[in-house]
Amino acid sequence: MSIELYIAQQLINAISLGSLYALVAIGLSLIFGILRMANFAHGDMMMVGAFATVVLQWVGFDFGWAVVGGIAVGALAGVLVERVAYRPVRGAPEVTMLLTSFAVTYILENLGILIFTSSPRNFPLPDWLNSAFQLSDGQITFTQINILTVVLTTVALAALGWFVTRTDVGLGMRAAAEDMPAAHLVGLDVNRLIIVAFAIASGFAGLAGVLWSAQSGVVDPHMGFTPLLKAFVGAIIGGFGSIPGAVIGGYLLGALEICIVAFLPSQVSPYRDAIVFALLIAFLLFRPNGLMKRTQEVKL
Amino acid sequence: MNRTHQLLVGTACVVLLGLFSFTAPFLVNDYIVRVMTVMCINAILVLSMGLTNGFTGVFSLGQVGFVAVGAYVSGVLSLPAAAKAAYLPNLPGWIAAINLGFFSSTIVAGLICVLLAFLVGRPLMRLSGHFVSVATLGFLIIVNNVLINADDYTRGARTFTGVPRDTTLLWAMGWLVATIVVLARIVYSPKGRAWRAVREDTIAAQAIGIDVLPVRLSAFVIGAFFAGVGGSLFGHYIGSFSPASFFFAYTFSLISMLVIGGMESMTGAVLGVVVVSLLSEVLRNLERGFNLGFITFPPLYGASQIALGIILILIMIFRPSGVVGDRELSFGRIVALTRSNRKGVN
Repeated sequence: MSIELYIAQQLINAISLGSLYALVAIGLSLIFGILRMANFAHGDMMMVGAFATVVLQWVGFDFGWAVVGGIAVGALAGVLVERVAYRPVRGAPEVTMLLTSFAVTYILENLGILIFTSSPRNFPLPDWLNSAFQLSDGQITFTQINILTVVLTTVALAALGWFVTRTDVGLGMRAAAEDMPAAHLVGLDVNRLIIVAFAIASGFAGLAGVLWSAQSGVVDPHMGFTPLLKAFVGAIIGGFGSIPGAVIGGYLLGALEICIVAFLPSQVSPYRDAIVFALLIAFLLFRPNGLMKRTQEVKL
Repeated sequence: MNRTHQLLVGTACVVLLGLFSFTAPFLVNDYIVRVMTVMCINAILVLSMGLTNGFTGVFSLGQVGFVAVGAYVSGVLSLPAAAKAAYLPNLPGWIAAINLGFFSSTIVAGLICVLLAFLVGRPLMRLSGHFVSVATLGFLIIVNNVLINADDYTRGARTFTGVPRDTTLLWAMGWLVATIVVLARIVYSPKGRAWRAVREDTIAAQAIGIDVLPVRLSAFVIGAFFAGVGGSLFGHYIGSFSPASFFFAYTFSLISMLVIGGMESMTGAVLGVVVVSLLSEVLRNLERGFNLGFITFPPLYGASQIALGIILILIMIFRPSGVVGDRELSFGRIVALTRSNRKGVN
């Protein structure tokens, strides 16, 4: 296999993986931007979305509608969690909010275990999504899922971009992220903005969950955890709280992970997660505001 | 209060606890002894976690990383030669040649954690807020990743087994008492006051001449020593473990113990361990399904964790500083109590 084709193949993999990280990282950044809260339960919305999609298919919806329903259920779950668990601790010290979200993760994952058991379940896919394309005599392979991932991510990002720059609610969300008391002061309904932010963030996570499961073929109650941690890295690299930063960070992380696996010797590549998190720590120390965010004091 | 009296009460407490731990295995059944031993180990870990997370206000999610290092280091050092040859054939010769006892391997594990905490803490303790939590979480993931991949030393993701099961209730209780005594001496000394000053107001602390980084680092490093010790006790208690034993599930249960009890108090840490452990035991037994005479509850696996999560959220909403807040059941208070009883006043 020629080196150009190999690189092209890895590029496809990187974009596909990066899209998923970006989708999750956006939600983390959106919520952090407004509430100053590191939402550990965000990854579980992936699990909720994916399981909802599976259940909807069981009861007879076809794949497309099941995905839409799964995203909606994910969004709803996010709003519900905000209302029940996060609103009472809003404005509390950072640690209180962090622990609350930790507890929510724990509850949701165990709820998943209670309902679906901890063993992975098959994620049913329609036939039209199961095929793969091959180019250059089979040297480059990409699946329909890869295409679907990129298309849906692009559509979602474009829609979000339109929403936060062209609509009142979107602009209000950015205003609240900038300065919550001031947003309140000029008469914005902050509760409503936060609900919208959670709905969008969790809906994106739900979409990411569906795509993640479609790629891996399984759903299980712990599926959200690893992507969540990676999304944290992506969001922080990009600049925690910045939406464009989250997108860039997500894609950079996807590219980095694929590079580690594809180009480093096989003794090193198993240490992928260690390398990624060492990078995170390096960013926190030397560039805590990430690539895209204005300066803000986080260090001594 | 006079010093001899204080010493007397202290010695009496230690002797009573020692006697209790020594005789308990003969008096009550194995299950209760097991629960108590695990509680002692968890209490050591939660206390060690409380130094950074509670007293210094740097909320670390990486403590279990030190527990893991402690368990593996002491495990490798005290593994009997035959087990070493069987399970870790690729171990470098000079490590394979070491064969330490339970106590010395525990100390070495603690010291290695101190070294590691110093290296990791120097950069990380500069961070605050969420950022230190996420960064220390990164540390935990790195430790886990390295343990899984360093096959020659750890058997990778497979179970590390054959560690002599030396941790008795007496050992665990002894280490717990030592931990409490040492930590109480530090926490309620000028050093500990500096920790709390840094927690309450970093800038004000700097203004009165406290250098924040070394203060935070000292709490992190001391905490790491006891985390390593606790890890060694844990390893020598269950005898076989894997990297997955020291990951998020354990982190979450230790954190919930610390937070429910009250992380700004050592009493709170210990109380949190007792309350959460007893509650988990009860719930775990209920979770298998139970019969109320007229109605039978089916087994609901995961329900006990859900209950624990809900309790944690309720604590966060209604009592964010935990059950006891920053109050202590201090030794002085016990001493004063015995004195006042003797004099018959108040």
